[in-house]
Amino acid sequence: MNTRITHGERIFNACNIMICALLSLCIIIPIINIVFASLSDPIEVMKHQGLFLRPIKFTTSAYAAVAKNPNIITGYMNTLFIVVTGTTLNIVLTLIGSYVLSRKGVMFNKIFTMMIVFTMYFQGGTIPLYLTVQAVGLTNSRWALILPVAMNTFNLIVMRTAMASVPDSLPESAMMDGAGHARILFSIMAPLTKATVAVITLYYAVYHWNSWFNAMIFLHKKSQYPLQLILREILIQDDTSIMSAGGADALALASDTIKYATIVVATAPILAIYPFLQKYFVKGVMVGAVKG
Amino acid sequence: MKYHHTGRRQTGMVPCRELPLSEKFSRDWTKNKSLYFLFIPVLFYYLIFHYGPMVGLLISFQNYKPSTGFFHSSWVGLKHFKDFFTDFYFQRVFFNTLKISFFTLIFTFPMPIILALLINELRGKLYSRMVQTITYIPHFISIVVVVSIMMDLTCKDGAINQFLSLFDFKPVTMLNDKQYFLPLYVISNIWQNIGWNSIIYLSALTAIDSELYEAAKIDGAGKLRQLLAITLPCLLPTIIIMLILQVGKMFNVGYEKIILMYNPLTYEVADVISTYVYRKGLLEMSWSYSAAVGMFNSVISFLLVWFTNRLSKKVSGNSLW
Repeated sequence: MNTRITHGERIFNACNIMICALLSLCIIIPIINIVFASLSDPIEVMKHQGLFLRPIKFTTSAYAAVAKNPNIITGYMNTLFIVVTGTTLNIVLTLIGSYVLSRKGVMFNKIFTMMIVFTMYFQGGTIPLYLTVQAVGLTNSRWALILPVAMNTFNLIVMRTAMASVPDSLPESAMMDGAGHARILFSIMAPLTKATVAVITLYYAVYHWNSWFNAMIFLHKKSQYPLQLILREILIQDDTSIMSAGGADALALASDTIKYATIVVATAPILAIYPFLQKYFVKGVMVGAVKG
Repeated sequence: MKYHHTGRRQTGMVPCRELPLSEKFSRDWTKNKSLYFLFIPVLFYYLIFHYGPMVGLLISFQNYKPSTGFFHSSWVGLKHFKDFFTDFYFQRVFFNTLKISFFTLIFTFPMPIILALLINELRGKLYSRMVQTITYIPHFISIVVVVSIMMDLTCKDGAINQFLSLFDFKPVTMLNDKQYFLPLYVISNIWQNIGWNSIIYLSALTAIDSELYEAAKIDGAGKLRQLLAITLPCLLPTIIIMLILQVGKMFNVGYEKIILMYNPLTYEVADVISTYVYRKGLLEMSWSYSAAVGMFNSVISFLLVWFTNRLSKKVSGNSLW
């Protein structure tokens, strides 16, 4: 093993460390800025210009205001419902689909696979989807955010590849012992592919947590809005009526800090889970790309 | 196996007769019935929510009205397509789509590759993990939040204007200004995806046999030479697959982000086919017309994937199918 490090390499390594540090800062500062601003005093935030590199006159009053805001609370509840129900349905259907498609000697699997993969490359588009959802009678229901995205083809293929890598002898011997397909799937195949199941669960949950477009086109009652749509009204359309629901006096002074606090509250749960699943990412992303 | 086969042919034994199709079906059915039953919900999902809308595209040949419904609306042939091609906005949305996706592609595509190469060269394990963890974060932040962070940073008294004013730059609300739309769109895209998209290249890099590098070092190859002769050729299949996927998505520019970012002041540079479909269809209720525009988009997307895939198969032997 040659351990001699040349002069040039040493300079390269130093530059590399610097570049990576600079890039990480560029990525993290906009986020930290929001967190610190949300923890600062509302009046200071109004006066302050530029980035917050530390909280100014630390206070959590903005979070207290967010916790009292009825629109944000119903948004949170709707999002929780959609994430839990949607992700459960996603996982069950994806497991079923990938199990069937990964079985050998099933005559129609080839046709099914072609039919499913085709939808990755050709879609009807927004308008026909809207009309379909309307025809099924889902508009103005939170199910419109769940059923039309009950599966994702990319995740299905990732899962199928994982299932196909389980040796055939395992499900076959279970079959001889008299287990049915459903039992084999949920008590043998799913535990054996749990790394992939974990990644896919994360993908689906993040998707549901962050999605807003379908909610915007399918829902018209504010009481059904998920958090992201409420966020859009507060942050991007600058609709202050939502915030004044927490009390008009709060609005006058604290609207900026409340905005920042809302962003933090809406983003933190996802960011809190992801480091635990990080070690599985490579696996999930890899498998999917190999057989896109 | 092979011997057995040829042996059979030589002795002229009865060739294996193909079973009649109906017989094949019934055998398959007895064997796999329960699997097919299990598959029903999946099949229904795809039929309703993917093939349903494809059938729904037929309304672009109709004068669809919700009051008369799909089955009783009158057929008008290619009228809506002709209208679109002669539409005042056709050129605008078509070229904006091309422009935005082209610039996004050439600026964002190489970034994750460069990042992966840099991370791969980092000596400290802990430091490299930290850089990865940080750069992945934006992928998990919703577009609504990304755009609102962008608005906050680029508004008239925001941090970016603050910084630029050090260089005699007159503060402007950047999202209301046409000339900043494209740079902001592209830069925020890089911010969102550079880390996440580097994962795949990183894992391809770790799969490269380290003996190759040892041998190159013995032959006196420097870092640059190793990069050009070993690393990049080994990454090429991954790069090509990713490129095909990206090119295929060119006509599906991130319309969700554009809808959040643009406003009437920037429509001229920001309006793309998908956002136009959204406004025409869901806000102005021109169902058939917007379905026709959307279909134009879908067909071009599909042809683009098909074409790039064929091209790459011919040139490099890498392909999606």
